[in-house]
Amino acid sequence: MSAMPFPARPEKPRVGLFVTCLVDLMRPSVGFAAVKLLEDAGCTVEAPVQTCCGQPAYNSGDRGTTRDLAMRMIEAFQGYDYVVAPSGSCAGMIKAHYPELFEEDPNWRAKADALATKTYELTSFLVDVLGVTKVDASFNGAVTYHDSCSGLRELKVKTQPRRLLASVEGLTLVEMKDSDVCCGFGGTFAVKYSDISGAIVEAKAKNIEEAQAPTVLAGDLGCLMNMAGKLSRDGRPVQVRHVAEVLAGMTDEPPIGAAKADAIK
Amino acid sequence: MTVHSTSPQFKQNAARALNDDQLQKALGNVKQGFIDKRQMAADKLPEFEALRDSARDIKNHTLEHLDLYLEAYEEKVKASGGHVHFARDAAEARDIILSICRETGAKTVTKGKSMISEEIGINHHLEANGITPVETDLGEYIIQLRGELPSHIIAPAVHLNATQVEEDFRRVHTHLDAKRDLSEPVQLLTEARAVLRERFLAADVGITGANFLVAETGTSIIVTNEGNGDLTQILPKTHIVLASIEKLVPTLEDVSQLLRVLARSATGQELSVYTTFSTGPRRSTDADGPENYHVVILDNGRSSMLGTAFEEMLRCIRCGACMNHCPVYHAVGGHAYGWVYPGPMGAVLTPSLIGVDKAGHLPNASTFCGRCESVCPVRIPLPKLMRHWREREFERHLTPATVRSGLQLWGFFAKRPALYRFATRAAMGALALAGRQRGRFAWLPMAKGWTKYRDFPAPQGETFQQRWTRERKGARA
Repeated sequence: MSAMPFPARPEKPRVGLFVTCLVDLMRPSVGFAAVKLLEDAGCTVEAPVQTCCGQPAYNSGDRGTTRDLAMRMIEAFQGYDYVVAPSGSCAGMIKAHYPELFEEDPNWRAKADALATKTYELTSFLVDVLGVTKVDASFNGAVTYHDSCSGLRELKVKTQPRRLLASVEGLTLVEMKDSDVCCGFGGTFAVKYSDISGAIVEAKAKNIEEAQAPTVLAGDLGCLMNMAGKLSRDGRPVQVRHVAEVLAGMTDEPPIGAAKADAIK
Repeated sequence: MTVHSTSPQFKQNAARALNDDQLQKALGNVKQGFIDKRQMAADKLPEFEALRDSARDIKNHTLEHLDLYLEAYEEKVKASGGHVHFARDAAEARDIILSICRETGAKTVTKGKSMISEEIGINHHLEANGITPVETDLGEYIIQLRGELPSHIIAPAVHLNATQVEEDFRRVHTHLDAKRDLSEPVQLLTEARAVLRERFLAADVGITGANFLVAETGTSIIVTNEGNGDLTQILPKTHIVLASIEKLVPTLEDVSQLLRVLARSATGQELSVYTTFSTGPRRSTDADGPENYHVVILDNGRSSMLGTAFEEMLRCIRCGACMNHCPVYHAVGGHAYGWVYPGPMGAVLTPSLIGVDKAGHLPNASTFCGRCESVCPVRIPLPKLMRHWREREFERHLTPATVRSGLQLWGFFAKRPALYRFATRAAMGALALAGRQRGRFAWLPMAKGWTKYRDFPAPQGETFQQRWTRERKGARA
């Protein structure tokens, strides 16, 4: 199969961008920021037709639908050297969970393993695989960074975004308290157990504001929408962006949950 | 099942907990206290991660051969002059304990901390039969005075503040000077010690739990920080050990490995203050000890977890690290879970013991943040096991109809990329237009759960795939 992991990194890797359904629908600028970062690092980027990795079904106990969607993903992305997603959660779904979906099907299991091996979260791919140490971007001011759970614990994404942010001209990183504690999003959890989710994100919003950085960044749009929605609801004046936007120097779009007018002021 | 379960009302329990200011204040202590201490203890021990692996392996090995180890253990206990009783369920365990107490002619029974005793509801049963049980662990003593269940498996009264305890002591200890000063926690502790000392001396039977049962020697082991367990099991004429089947461990060598991860994971201590080994009744050469030694080993549904995905849950050594690190537990506390075991370990174990039809909320009320698994000393994949429960619920059609139909609709589109792109393009375009002015929505139809506490950010408008096709693949879309 052409989808086996490569022994050595190809010179100009062909990357399939798994844009993720939230970025696709809610904030395509994050996807284009990822494209820029990957192309700047010497990759050829393609975005095959895609929908969703199946995580909502998986975490709701619907294994049948999950498998159907996983098979589509595997087929859509099997021809690339690497698959990269601007999300630790969605990359983690493929890397940590796809193989176990096909425990009873050796043929698909092999394909799932192959996809899992070559799939990466964006900042981890740039740093760990491509060896990128600096990005060509500037950002004026302090930011604080939230570690999204799946990226942090399933994929060990912790130092990579911070290393890249350190190379952004004009940017200083201020750590918030409990940056590695869940924001309370949890996919459908945010809606099914909204009271609890609301309490967890309230604590997170406080920690973000107390870090006294005007901007908070993270690597997962689900968490970002949750935090942005809570910050604006509680009137805490912090701007929210995906880390890829800052790393790519693409911060023209208004922050998450803000109108164009808010961004200009 | 014996203790009344309010797990089906988890959502209401949680809402009440979130509005309870007193509780919220107390829960702040959980967040601050345990986490840093555990981390420091782990950091100080270079082999800590390797010890977690071997702890997992020891428990896995034991569970694979549990029948053999149970038999070996029983023989050793008998050889040392003790008795072993196997209880299939809570009712059997209660009957066994009651009849031992009656044989002894017991009027009062002291108790060391034991979650199994909560599981079988032994206190209520003894009281109903004219025997007074006295909890001797400080936290357990306090909640016994209040008629509550523990809210945490190692810190049963963690949901309370000192002022509440003071009120309870003044209410119950009416023989003491009403004007005494109880403003400092140490004064509460001193008072409890004095009151309990008399109870220890008066008790006819002492009941303790067990952290480990050692097959090699027939020894039961408890770890405590207050020494109350020792007084409970040494002073009375009869000592009853109450433990569940998964407490078995092959050898003392194995126990010494498990002890190295237990206290560190629980409280950040290298070892608990007391680690007490008991093997059989008092021998003629012993200075003290009970005349009668009984072990009641409870199954109560656990053996049916063997050989299933949930067998991994039986590795649990009850350190409480999972709940100490759980954002959901931090938000609602232990009582909201509605039965004996709270937090992530409870979210997996409770459905196994009382049925997923009753405890279905618990494995669903998790963000899958994975922090519990990252600290579990025996590496139980708690999120994975919670997901297994969700799968069982989905298969049995226990998943709420709204969630099910929502999933179905979403799945329908997600499996049809062309339709998906068409539909999402239209929906996002409309949503972006509606949200253009503010960039977010304070209210959206069908998204009440989200917008009750937070705004919903508006989409940018054009989808990624739409723009990608337009810019990179020519203007075909």
